[in-house]
Amino acid sequence: MKKILVLFSHPKFESSRANAVLVDHIKDIEGVTFHDLYERYPDFHIDVPAEKALLDQHDVIIWHHPLYWYSCPPLMKQWMDMVLEFNWAYGPKGKALQSKICFNTITAGGSRDLYCSAGTNTFSVNEFLRPFEQTAKLCGMTFYPPFAVMGTHQLTNDELIQHAHQYSSLIDLLQQGVTVGDFKGCAFLNDIPQLNTN
Amino acid sequence: MTGSILFQAIVFLAGAIICVSIAKRLGLSSVLGYLLAGVLIGPYVLGYIGEDGQDILHFAEFGVVVMLFLIGLEIEPKNFWKMRKTILGMGGIQVAGTMLLSYALFLFMGFEWKVSLVISMAVALSSTAIALQTIKEKGLMDTTFGSSSFSILLFQDIIVIFMLGAIPLLSNAEGGTTGGNHGEHANLLDTLPLGFQTLAIILSVVLIIVAGNYLIVPMLRKVANTGVRELLIAAALLIVFGISYLMEYVGLSPALGAFLGGVVLANSEFKHELESTLEPFKNLLLGLFFMAVGASINFVVIAKSPLTIGGVLLAIILLKALVLFITGHIFKLKLDQKLLLTFSLAQIGEFAFVLLSFAFNLNILNNDQMDMMLVITALTMTFTPIIGMLNERLILPRLGTKESIQRPMDHIAKSQKIILVGFGHFGSTVGRFLRSHGVEATILEQDSNRVDFLRKMGFEVYYGDATRIDLLESAGIAEAKILICAIDNPDVTREVAKLVKTKYPHVELMIRAQNRFDAYGLLNMGIENIYRESLETSLTLAKDVLSKMGFRKYTLNRQVKNFIKYDEETLRRLAKEPKDEKNYIFKARQELEQQEKYLNEDFKRGIVEYDKHWDSEAIRKTLLKTEDNM
Repeated sequence: MKKILVLFSHPKFESSRANAVLVDHIKDIEGVTFHDLYERYPDFHIDVPAEKALLDQHDVIIWHHPLYWYSCPPLMKQWMDMVLEFNWAYGPKGKALQSKICFNTITAGGSRDLYCSAGTNTFSVNEFLRPFEQTAKLCGMTFYPPFAVMGTHQLTNDELIQHAHQYSSLIDLLQQGVTVGDFKGCAFLNDIPQLNTN
Repeated sequence: MTGSILFQAIVFLAGAIICVSIAKRLGLSSVLGYLLAGVLIGPYVLGYIGEDGQDILHFAEFGVVVMLFLIGLEIEPKNFWKMRKTILGMGGIQVAGTMLLSYALFLFMGFEWKVSLVISMAVALSSTAIALQTIKEKGLMDTTFGSSSFSILLFQDIIVIFMLGAIPLLSNAEGGTTGGNHGEHANLLDTLPLGFQTLAIILSVVLIIVAGNYLIVPMLRKVANTGVRELLIAAALLIVFGISYLMEYVGLSPALGAFLGGVVLANSEFKHELESTLEPFKNLLLGLFFMAVGASINFVVIAKSPLTIGGVLLAIILLKALVLFITGHIFKLKLDQKLLLTFSLAQIGEFAFVLLSFAFNLNILNNDQMDMMLVITALTMTFTPIIGMLNERLILPRLGTKESIQRPMDHIAKSQKIILVGFGHFGSTVGRFLRSHGVEATILEQDSNRVDFLRKMGFEVYYGDATRIDLLESAGIAEAKILICAIDNPDVTREVAKLVKTKYPHVELMIRAQNRFDAYGLLNMGIENIYRESLETSLTLAKDVLSKMGFRKYTLNRQVKNFIKYDEETLRRLAKEPKDEKNYIFKARQELEQQEKYLNEDFKRGIVEYDKHWDSEAIRKTLLKTEDNM
């Protein structure tokens, strides 16, 4: 069974309705390590060796964060800057993350239809996530499309719970070792057939 | 000589002001200034003060009582109990050793054994007034030397009771208490058999402890509630007078009683109030006392037999010094601490006046012996501060802990010089962190044990009092960029800050403050970089409490920063507010008033609602509202 690391970063988790529900459904699953970055590093002083050890022990890395100003919160970026070291994560000797799986789980206030060339946000979510995609590529990881909960402001609690169930089902699939080939043609992991059987 | 009290007051006050300011200007202790003022206005130089010097001396001895009360206030009962071994050990060795040597000396000089014994008792006692005043003035109370001196002096205060009890037994003639020349008023102890005497002593100590807790503190609370400032002064004096009277009535040393009273009240909320109220009285009375000692030096007696007096004087100081040095050695003091102890306690103390006149009244001493010993006592009091000063200026810099040591030029030639005053708990943390960044601060430190240790660790350390501008100058204040003041004594801190600010305004001052009140004072002096030691630690604790209760750490971190900013702003605003006289009568009250103000400000500010960052709920509500309207 694949081991899953959820690197969660939210500067104000206590007032996020959507993430409260999402996190609640996945954090206690066996084989999942839920790592709350803002709680662990409130002063942004990241323990790099500990983070590396954690990465070593897992097969799937999920960057779970809200999409703020089309990117991740600052501590997430800080984590990348500090932990993904030269000749460890990338570079001639940087093989530590090779062949791990990696993707973003994001929440966004704006709905999915705003993220296109005709919408207010001009670009698609996948386009905004390009830096993450390239980071994963440079580190030799397999990058998956994001699991995205869009338009959170408009979602009812029942709809949120629906998304949360999808999230935990996704994690279940990943634990069983489903590969990228099955996701062909899906912009979001939310769209894959296995999560939309009913 | 004139009988007018006003004129005498003018003479004393003017003498004190002139001589003490000159002494201070020369960097001498104020004690020496007062003593010289006394000599100057005394019968043999200017002659403003005549035979009444002795009476003034008796009156001014009350200053010693007030001083011991104040010292007691600073010692919590628990710490007092911890000191018992040093008090008994050091005090016992010092008194026994000195008595033995001086008894032998006076026997050898041909005095009768009873006379020699009485004189040796007087010689064994040192001057609490001179020694402690000097130690406190230099802020050395917390050093090994300071606490050793204090222990010895305290033991002497206790042993003097037994000496006063023993002297009548040596009386030649009619014996007992009846033989007085002009009769010391008989006290309770003399009329009781020995067993009851001990009982009376224990009872009166218990009485002080009980009265302190159940009578004095409630009384002070009532007095404080009236809000009349002078009533508190009256109450403070009443406490000291009351204890002294009780002690004299029972036949104990008033100073010892006052000390006990102080210890009992050390834990009460009125500690600081009593201290600030009695401090000026103590200082004036002690000043008067030192002047009276100076005035009582009988130059006619000296002129009659200068050689004998000079010889005995020298012998006494030497033998006292020797015993003190050995005592220090037995208790493993470092060389320079031993020397400080040796010279600070080498004088004969004010108790000698009491013991000698008591013995004189009982016809144990004759007139000549009495005169000679009084002169010698006063002379030792005058000379030891001078010797002490010579020791500090000439001997100590060479021996033991040197004021500074030469370091290779490349170390001194750092382009940005930082001076760190005080290397205690606070300063050491600052210094260690600076050093971990390769920044070697020049350290000024008062405790020689610490100085030696720091030098061994390779720090550049200057030993001594940071309020001395010459020491600051040799530490390189002129080319310093920043001076950090990390000492815990607010008065010394203020003095250092003022000194540096006026003489070297280019030096940036970064100052440790204990609390808001320190900070107010420093802010009003125009100092910007103030670090309240209680602020960040207490907030860190509060933050951790909230975190354990489930609040998010990062949010708490930001709130702590906000709180500090807000607290600093409030502090600066309230520091500017004109002080309302009525509300600022009592410091304890003042503190409560302040707390109230801050709590009210907090209330106005509310709980952390104003923080809307990353709060999707607010956006959501707005969005839903606009949708409804559409």
